[in-house]
This record gives sequence, C-alpha cells and structure tokens, in this order.
Amino acid sequence: MDDKLVIAGKEFSSRLFLGTGKFSSNEVMAKAIEASGTEMVTLAMKRIKLSDSSDDMLQHIAKPNIQLLPNTSGVRNAEEAVFAAKMAREAFGTNWLKLEIHPDPRYLLPDPVETLKATEQLVKDGFVVLPYCQADPVLCKRLAEAGAATVMPLAAPIGTNRGLVTLDFLQAIIEEATVPVVVDAGIGAPSDAAKAFEIGASAVLVNTAISVAANPVEMAVAFKEASVAGRRAYLAGLGAQSADFSAQASSPLTSFLND
Amino acid sequence: MNIVVNGEKVEVPGGASVKLLADMQNLPDKGVAVAVNNDMVPRTEWENRLLNEGDDVIIIRAVCGG
Repeated sequence: MDDKLVIAGKEFSSRLFLGTGKFSSNEVMAKAIEASGTEMVTLAMKRIKLSDSSDDMLQHIAKPNIQLLPNTSGVRNAEEAVFAAKMAREAFGTNWLKLEIHPDPRYLLPDPVETLKATEQLVKDGFVVLPYCQADPVLCKRLAEAGAATVMPLAAPIGTNRGLVTLDFLQAIIEEATVPVVVDAGIGAPSDAAKAFEIGASAVLVNTAISVAANPVEMAVAFKEASVAGRRAYLAGLGAQSADFSAQASSPLTSFLND
Repeated sequence: MNIVVNGEKVEVPGGASVKLLADMQNLPDKGVAVAVNNDMVPRTEWENRLLNEGDDVIIIRAVCGG
C-alpha cells in the first residue's frame, strides 16, 4: 500500500509519532521506538545541571530514519517559545518543532492566542511548525493559514489515557483541514489510535500509553498495528452506520430449511 | 569574573569566551545550545563571543518528553 504521509515536503511511511517521556529507561525507550516503526520522535529540552553527567538520551533516538521533533514544553508564552525554538534548532540541528505552550499547570491545555502568535513568528523564522492545540476547528484553520505544517489537536489532556474525548471536534477539524491533522495527547489505547485514523486523521502522537504500559515494547507494536489497521480501514471506506438498532440482514432469510 | 550559568554562580577568567566556558564545563560536541542573556549563540560564534561580568548563561540539552 503506497500511502505516504507528507509533511513540509518530507515523506513518512509510518503515521505513528512517538513521545519519549516517562519510559523506565533509555534502553526500553529505544526498543519501543524501534518496535513501533515510527519515523518521528519528540524530545524536550532542559537546562544542564553542571554536575550532571547522566546518560544523554539523544544518542538513543538520533537515527538516520528518525525525524527529531523537539518540543517547547515549559515555555509560557510566544516569546519564550521562539527562544526555545532557536535553542532547539541549534542543539539538535533541525528546524522541525513541536510548538507547545501550556502555562496552565492543571490541565496543561495549550494557550491558543500565544500558540497562534508563536506559529506566525516561527514560520517567518523558517521553522517547520507542528503546533499542539485545542481541538478547535477555527483555531486549526487559523494555524494552517499562519503556515503551520500540521495541526496537532488534543484528544484529551496530556498523559490522561482518556482517549478521543474531543471526537466530534476532531472530525470537524479533519473535514476542513488543509494540512495534515495529527491527533496528539490523551490517546490511551490502540483502539483510540485506530479510531482516530478511521475518522481520517493523518497521524497520531502517542507517548504515555506506550511508556507506562506494563510492556512498553509490546504496546508499541500494538499501536503500530492499530495505526496501520485504522488507516487502512479509512482508505477502504467504512460502511454506513444504521440510523436505528434494527438488524439489516447479511444472509438470505428466505426458505432454506423449509423448502 | 562571575557569571551565572543555569542559575548557578560560576567564576571564569576575565574576557573569557563562550568557547572557554564550554570547555570548562566539558560540553559535548553536539546536542547542546548556549544562550547569553537570552540570546542564542551559535556554536560557530562561541570563540568570538566574549562574556561580561554578571552575564546570564543558559545551556540546554535534550531530555525525554512527549
């Protein structure tokens, strides 16, 4: 099946993006990344502790087939996001960026005003911007108009594993999208990922559901398979749902036993 | 002279460059970025960028995150 995802002119065979947070070790993380078949992996940035000589996670994810996607987690506004983006570009040698501005500590919901402002600036500065945003069709349109390479609306708050809480809004976003729609945050089970693809999502970004699973490597495989299945189902064209609960026979009901 | 690096006071020789600071801190060849007073300094300019008393330096590296 030749079904490539294209973002900013770059082709991806895998539509499953992985976050690297909360794995029990860098080794487990690296194995899960490999098992998932992902070609896009997020990372965050932190100030170095001068005395710290701990294992550098970067060596575990910087592979030729992997697009690094640094995020701006920890910034509170557009100005800080632009600064973080420049630091990321310098440190990791990529102009791709997951823009996330979520100053609210309880729900970690993205600030739409600052996110739009930062997107406008970062696109001017030559970044490939993938903004994490509320599942708001109007906002997604504005972000695309501002030059965002994708939109990344949330399914549920980060790390909650609650699934597609915003389902109807995601559907509206996908119907009107002019850029790839990446469902990000809250995806808790492979069935959530499959569902996102069935409604036409271009990709999903999964982190917690894999990293906190009892067996993260097996869960990474499960998400890989669910993503492929969901996408394939979308392309195959799902049958229509009945408006009511009455059966629609799928076998002939006439005169078999009595004839 | 004294500067601040990631919130910690650090003493460097007067007229030290960002490059000297990076060497003092054993910064790796890649995967880090340095800013002086919130202005990102590309690695190619580390040698020429001189530090001043009281400068606020930020050094970042990759960590896990979603």
